[in-house]
Amino acid sequence: MTAIFETQTSTLHRSHLDRLEAESITIIREVVAGCESPVLLFSGGKDSAVLLWLAIKAFKPARLPFPVMHVDTGHNFPEVIAFRDEIVERFNLDLVVASVQESIDTGRIADPGPTGSRNRQQAVTLLDAIRRHKFTAAFGGGRRDEDKARAKERILSFRGTNGAWEPRQQRPEPWNILNPRIRQGEHLRAFPISNWTELDIWEYIAREGIPLPTIYFSHERTVIQRDGMLLSVGGPVVPEAHEVPFTETVRYRTVGDMSCTGAVKSDASDFDAIIADVAASRITERGATRADDNFSESAMEDRKREGYF
Amino acid sequence: MSTIADTTQVRIATIGSVDDGKSTLIGRLLHDSKGIFEDQLNAVSSASKRYGDGSMNLALLTDGLRAEREQGITIDVAYRYFATPRRSFVLADTPGHAQFTRNMVTGASVSDIAIVLVDARHGVVEQTRRHVAIAALLGVSHLILAVNKMDLVEWTESSFQSVVAGVQDILKTLSSNVPLHPIPVSATNGDNVVELSPRSPWYTGPSVLDLIETLDVSEASEVGGRLPVQWTLRVYGGSDYRAFAGQLTGGDVSVGDAVTVLPKGQKSVVQSITRSGDPVDVAIPGDAIALELADALDVGRGDVLVVDGGTLPTCATRISVDVCWFAETDIRVGDRIVLRHSARDVPAVVSGIDHILDLDTLTNVQADKLTLNDIGRISLDIDEPIVVDAYTDSKVGGSLIAVDPVTNATVGALLVRSAQ
Repeated sequence: MTAIFETQTSTLHRSHLDRLEAESITIIREVVAGCESPVLLFSGGKDSAVLLWLAIKAFKPARLPFPVMHVDTGHNFPEVIAFRDEIVERFNLDLVVASVQESIDTGRIADPGPTGSRNRQQAVTLLDAIRRHKFTAAFGGGRRDEDKARAKERILSFRGTNGAWEPRQQRPEPWNILNPRIRQGEHLRAFPISNWTELDIWEYIAREGIPLPTIYFSHERTVIQRDGMLLSVGGPVVPEAHEVPFTETVRYRTVGDMSCTGAVKSDASDFDAIIADVAASRITERGATRADDNFSESAMEDRKREGYF
Repeated sequence: MSTIADTTQVRIATIGSVDDGKSTLIGRLLHDSKGIFEDQLNAVSSASKRYGDGSMNLALLTDGLRAEREQGITIDVAYRYFATPRRSFVLADTPGHAQFTRNMVTGASVSDIAIVLVDARHGVVEQTRRHVAIAALLGVSHLILAVNKMDLVEWTESSFQSVVAGVQDILKTLSSNVPLHPIPVSATNGDNVVELSPRSPWYTGPSVLDLIETLDVSEASEVGGRLPVQWTLRVYGGSDYRAFAGQLTGGDVSVGDAVTVLPKGQKSVVQSITRSGDPVDVAIPGDAIALELADALDVGRGDVLVVDGGTLPTCATRISVDVCWFAETDIRVGDRIVLRHSARDVPAVVSGIDHILDLDTLTNVQADKLTLNDIGRISLDIDEPIVVDAYTDSKVGGSLIAVDPVTNATVGALLVRSAQ
């Protein structure tokens, strides 16, 4: 060690990704230490795959000290469910499934119809599951660069007994000091990868070799053109008379409800090609692929106020 | 292929009074440096028609909440990310209204650079003084002064110089030595934001983008390796692995280093280190690590492992702190708060109010309470010892938040000045 007050210079260098990784791991550890009963929301998408990877690193070599929860819209890509089950087995995780179909069957939410998007309804299913399992904090893979309402959210998002996001009541987080104190019935959403961009996510996935569902890579798929998007035919997506299915080489930039998640035309079949694709893109991932976010100017804010993550 | 994985990341906050153009400047930076996506630009263009006179309103890029768009103000911090081939940036667009000062503090507390905007027509106002005082207190490395709306004063150099003199006065009165970089700009028209403008031939300095790409933001050296313990990692079922996890600050730690555990004072030696879960021989500040010690010691959350050889932090039960007070309710001598610091919650009581900052004169005046958005100095008696540094020695060791023990709201940002 060097003498008092002298700069302790180090020859070691940390990249931008190293710093993001350390920040996220620190947040995850802090929330787990400060909250009795956390859960990690795992959709099978790339952001939740990165989040889970970071959580596993945060507690390695110990086992992940909390369960993961999949809010199942019932409108899943089969490849994503297969991926979810593979990951649960590989990392020996406790999986909780909260089913939107069950919320419909029990009358908790209205059925949007066989072809309607179930993205918005997820909030009710999620809040019911948080109450039932008495979770006090839910980790989500939300990123501030995704959407203008998300750009406003803190690392820790306080939710009252109704689960709603109140943007005017957010807790200040000077120096990133988090305040996880809650009362009975309240809970927190925690966003450890808030400061990551889509490009950071892909560069990190490539660096770490994080497994992903196959639909992120280019493949041939039967699609229809609807609302300016390429939707995969099958499950909730049934072509109407004027919609002619065709085969296209596509990949997905986001993974969500099949009925409202669009594919993008792409030949990118490996990490380098995807990173080049993302770096050159002039459209945001949600703008390109999410019908529900383009529905109105404040679609995301409205859903968050209803308890969405 | 462009990659930003290895560039330096710089964190920047815009500060200053309401309507001085903070959100517009960020919008202009993003727009002119091609940091905006087409669908975002289309959304701003249609929102501009709805909320304005139809001309492109770049502030709508960061004013993302419905209430902000309707009222044309910024309520909470928006974070935006963009990169140039030289650096990547996190921009925190902070609110100018006094009532949202807590959000400005949140944005500025982690920033390397603050850009203070001043309307060239109005000059320095109370909120300029408040924000510059807070930025100086928080210790940003550089202050860029963007004298905005120069087009509305016909680009007269004397208007620019008088604002510069006003801000220099503030810094002098506060005895702050933060470097000041003044630039005349028009955020709406983009003059001197990314490209230098022909309208200000008398200005020979860099543009805003040139500055943020080149200013030296290498972190000030801190006071030696410290690990505030967040959590104990244990492997059940036969293993005796037991490691203390946290984010390293201040200096390096290597396997074999002697450490002291504070506040208890036990000594041990580092037996193993993991960084982000993988074994390493040495870790550097900022790393998320876990340390195994050679001895089985009673160490828990809130304790601090200090690498021997640097300065020791103070185990304090009395501290004197500078405060930015965020709560609607006043704070007075005898009031109880919970301090949150380095993974630890500790009850404390206000034992004295030394002074508050008068924002007209920027001098310290006597007071018997702090009210919403006041900046002042108070003394606290703490129920159990906490391990702290002076803020000027260590931003991590010297920063705390105050929490209301009843509502759990975060009510203040605290910077340690002295401890005993």
